[in-house]
Amino acid sequence: MKRREFLRSMTALAASTAVAAPAVWSPAKAQSRKETLLLVTENGPNNLDIHGVGTNRPGYEASWNCYDRLITNGKKTLADGSLSYDRDKFVPELAEDMNIGDMSVTFKLKKNAKFQDGTPVTAKDVKWSYDRAVSVGGFPTVQMKAGSLVKKEQFVAVDDNTFRVDFIKKDRLTIPDLAVIVPGIYNSELLKKHATDKDPWGLEYTKSNTAGSGAYKVTSWKPGVEVVYERNDAWAGGKLPELKKVIWRTIPSSGNRRALMERGDADISFDLPAKDFSEMKKEGKLKMISNPIGNGMYSLELNVVHPPFDNEKVRQAVAYAIPYQKIIDAAMFGIANPLFGGKSNDVTSILWPQPTGYMTDMAKAKALMAESGAGPIDTTISFDLGDGVNSEPIAVLIQESLGQIGIKTTINKVPGANWRSEMAKKSMPMMVNFFSGWLDYPEYFFFWCYSGQNAIFNTPSYVNKDMDTFIDGARAAAAVGEKDKYATDVKGFISKAYHDVPRIPMFQPFLNVAAQKNISGYSYWFHRQVDYRSIIKA
Amino acid sequence: MTETTLNASAATALKPARNSIFSHAKYVIAENPVTGLAFALFALIALAALIGPYIVPHDPLASDTAASLKPPTFAHWFGTDQLGRDIFSRVVVATRLDFIIALASVALVFVAGGIAGIAAGFFGGWTDRIVGRISDTIMAFPLFVLAMGIVAALGNTVTNIVIATAIINFPLYVRVARAEANVRRDAGFVQAARLSGNGDFRILLMHILPNIMPIMMVQISLTMGYAILNAAGLSFIGLGVKPPTPEWGIMVAEGAANIISGEWWIALFPGAALMIAVFCFNLLGDGLRDLVDPQRRT
Amino acid sequence: MLATLGKRLVTVIPTLIGVVIVTFLLTRVLPGDPAVYFAGPAATPQSIADIRKSLGLDRPLPEQFARYVNDLAHGNLGNSLSTGRPVATEITSRLPASAELTLLGLILSLVIALPLGILAAVKQGSWIDHTCRVVATAGVSLPVFFTGLLLVYVFYFQLGWSPAPIGRLDAFASAPPQITGFYLLDSLLTGNFETFRAAFSQLILPALTLGIFSLAPITRMTRASMLAVLASDFVRTARASGLDNRTVILTYAFRNAMLPVVTTLGMVFSFLLGANVLVEKVFAWPGIGSYAVEALLQSDFAPVQGFVLAMAVLYVALNLLIDMLYGVIDPRVRLEG
Repeated sequence: MKRREFLRSMTALAASTAVAAPAVWSPAKAQSRKETLLLVTENGPNNLDIHGVGTNRPGYEASWNCYDRLITNGKKTLADGSLSYDRDKFVPELAEDMNIGDMSVTFKLKKNAKFQDGTPVTAKDVKWSYDRAVSVGGFPTVQMKAGSLVKKEQFVAVDDNTFRVDFIKKDRLTIPDLAVIVPGIYNSELLKKHATDKDPWGLEYTKSNTAGSGAYKVTSWKPGVEVVYERNDAWAGGKLPELKKVIWRTIPSSGNRRALMERGDADISFDLPAKDFSEMKKEGKLKMISNPIGNGMYSLELNVVHPPFDNEKVRQAVAYAIPYQKIIDAAMFGIANPLFGGKSNDVTSILWPQPTGYMTDMAKAKALMAESGAGPIDTTISFDLGDGVNSEPIAVLIQESLGQIGIKTTINKVPGANWRSEMAKKSMPMMVNFFSGWLDYPEYFFFWCYSGQNAIFNTPSYVNKDMDTFIDGARAAAAVGEKDKYATDVKGFISKAYHDVPRIPMFQPFLNVAAQKNISGYSYWFHRQVDYRSIIKA
Repeated sequence: MTETTLNASAATALKPARNSIFSHAKYVIAENPVTGLAFALFALIALAALIGPYIVPHDPLASDTAASLKPPTFAHWFGTDQLGRDIFSRVVVATRLDFIIALASVALVFVAGGIAGIAAGFFGGWTDRIVGRISDTIMAFPLFVLAMGIVAALGNTVTNIVIATAIINFPLYVRVARAEANVRRDAGFVQAARLSGNGDFRILLMHILPNIMPIMMVQISLTMGYAILNAAGLSFIGLGVKPPTPEWGIMVAEGAANIISGEWWIALFPGAALMIAVFCFNLLGDGLRDLVDPQRRT
Repeated sequence: MLATLGKRLVTVIPTLIGVVIVTFLLTRVLPGDPAVYFAGPAATPQSIADIRKSLGLDRPLPEQFARYVNDLAHGNLGNSLSTGRPVATEITSRLPASAELTLLGLILSLVIALPLGILAAVKQGSWIDHTCRVVATAGVSLPVFFTGLLLVYVFYFQLGWSPAPIGRLDAFASAPPQITGFYLLDSLLTGNFETFRAAFSQLILPALTLGIFSLAPITRMTRASMLAVLASDFVRTARASGLDNRTVILTYAFRNAMLPVVTTLGMVFSFLLGANVLVEKVFAWPGIGSYAVEALLQSDFAPVQGFVLAMAVLYVALNLLIDMLYGVIDPRVRLEG
């Protein structure tokens, strides 16, 4: 009968397909596979341009690799042999010469620098790009401001090949801020063609097209699925990368990403959960790289404006009640630098981040609660659902511990984008949160998280005049190179932060990467994204 | 010899059945042993829900990070999870919550859907049209996404999960109740009740509702299983109950990521419990249907 | 025929209106403020207010609704805030992925469920009957994401029989030219057998997961329907006339039992299309289910509204189609209708 024959043929087909996998590569395919990198992560970009409205972090990776900056950080080798960017060393990228004056810095552009469509890069493009960065608003403008790059007037195209940035004040962070992702160089002529009255900077175009001079260009982007990059063979920003093609796939399930790596079907799995990392490291089949995230920490943040945490003794009680070691063992699988158990809350070094003087001491916590005069407390502990892998076990452990000192909590998982809204509202009494600043200086972290400007990252809404004095003092001292005053002020603000404890540091997390054994050249960057330009596939 | 056996069996056949429900039930179960199994399982689940929290060996919320991620041993029959909590205790204690979610959703939708349905079937006209429209509108949504939307909008608490499940099952109950009420609208006993002076609502509640109960019981049983699965699906997305509450679905979701790394026990045991409970409710539904209305067997 | 079609369409319109209203309200009630999301980190109240104005979110609800309906009338489903692309384009590009998966799942399910149901009906009351019921019910009792994960673990990770669950095609294979959007069909139509094999092997596990889940209703309905038909007069006549068992069951009984099964199929298909969000998440499938879920969790209204509307329209169209099919399959219905 026809039906039975059909069924028979389908079974045969299914059987043959199943047996055929894994695929047998034809020689041509094998060759191209060698020059292509397959990178898998949990999330993909929602916009290829960091200047875009609401661009997410994966979007920064696209911008980093497809656009150049005037200068970039040099590299250094860490103790374990892995590569990292060097905070204090700058090397030319699009500029071949940097001349730092008293209140300005002048750059000479590389003569052979060209955009990917062939037009040469001129100082006009640099000025247009910098103007764009300070004008689009949102995160890019704020980041420029962090290095005192605020007004268009600061940016001067002296001639076709010379570009100058005038300082509005002395700021130690200005030069480093020129090397972050935001001041990328855009093809102004191309973008002006795509600009409209409503969109003078061509943001609509750069959302899904790369218009830069960088080492890679995006040739295909399926949002939520994959990004395909191809190498710009005429790249002048540095040594030509080895990889001709990079395919970046979004795989939401961490189990699937792990399975892909262990079966050799993907080259790099980036930003692994701590558990997967520690287990895969034990298995030893892959190259496992791990770097502490600079200027970053997970902390328990308490809203100091509203009860119950406006009471300093209550906050300190909580600081003694947190099960720090349990968190590092069970939630982070040991892959974290502890930020507790230091000698004292009066610190003696300017290292950042560094341990507080708190440790798990339930007796002390109970005593402080009694001293505080606050009765039994009923509150919520919130965290970003997108970070649930880490935050949830942490929250559960904290909840259990706080229950023992009379603080009852319900756990509030805040989904995705709502997290930003909730942070902006500053209404969450207690939250498990992570912050890390791009510019690895303590005063930078404190500027965002503790200063009176009460930025969105200052989730505790902590505003304190003495703290501001320390922070401003440190920044001013850094700007003119007064090392002693700088050290005093830094130790001052760190100690005050630890005594007042609007936010309780717990640990410094690591950025974990798994790569096949034939992959080398991966380097840790402050932006915590992958730089394809240095990666080699043997 | 044959004569005596023949006489004995003839005698039993002639004896009238004493308690008709019981012997009818025994007959149904004998014909279909699976139904018997389902009833037994249901009793076990109800028992676990009632006394579970009192008899479990470990505190389901107590963490013990030194013993985290251990496979099943004598100390921990189902092993431990990432925070060292005993999975066996959590699975048993979760029975109560899942049972409550199932019961509450079903009770809510039965009352709301049942009443709306019989009103629509009995009165017809505009009542029928309005109820029909509401029902159709709900059915036109992809149901799971609707449940997600409701929970996302209202917040993820057990109450909202129950409400969401009730809403998405509303059309089904309306349809069944309506069909039944329609059939019985002009039945003799209803006309007799009307003649005796009973008002419409009294007829609905006292006469029609009890008569459609048997059919609804079947539907109820099936919905209970679905309610638990729904809650599990929502937990997987991140919209389920709040941690550290033990609930089968959220435990499977937590354990799902661990399957690849070989810690199969974290997801398997709650998953098995989930499956057994839903399975039991489904089979129970079939059994109840056989018991109540054998003609409708599917 | 046309008159009945017209009449049906009229009854369908209030439903669609209801769907539009409910979706709009639901998405506006979702927590989270897209304006804050787009103001980005370090947003100031001013920048948030500016963005809210540019998104049109500061207008009163009825006005927003009016704008929304107006856009709909022009075929504009709005833009996804998170990907920035028009929702209509995203849905049309992602729909074939979900539809292909669901259809294959349904076919797989039919391949197992139909014989199972027929067998159970023919051997009613036997252990085969009970086993069928148990198997079908077991399939629907597991959470669908759990089944999917289990299958990945066993068949990819342990046995290595199926390829990596990273979407419709392996990263190094290229998609067939776009004719229908269904990779299987397109690769066959263009004679590209290697792509066909690649696409098919990626489809097997997720389709199997869906298929297992939809076994129960189809098996049950087949069994019930077959039972009813097998007890009918014409089957008795066929047997009495001396036709052999196989002819009676397959040629006569089954064909007549198909009608309720077709109805069930329609219901199961529309149910699966909405419910495969979980499967798509597990297998990284680029379908509309995962699209809608991601959008929902980010309070991104437009895709959710577009998805729900698309599903509602599909559901309504499907039911209409089935009603039309009734008339074709079963002349009795046509006469009465």
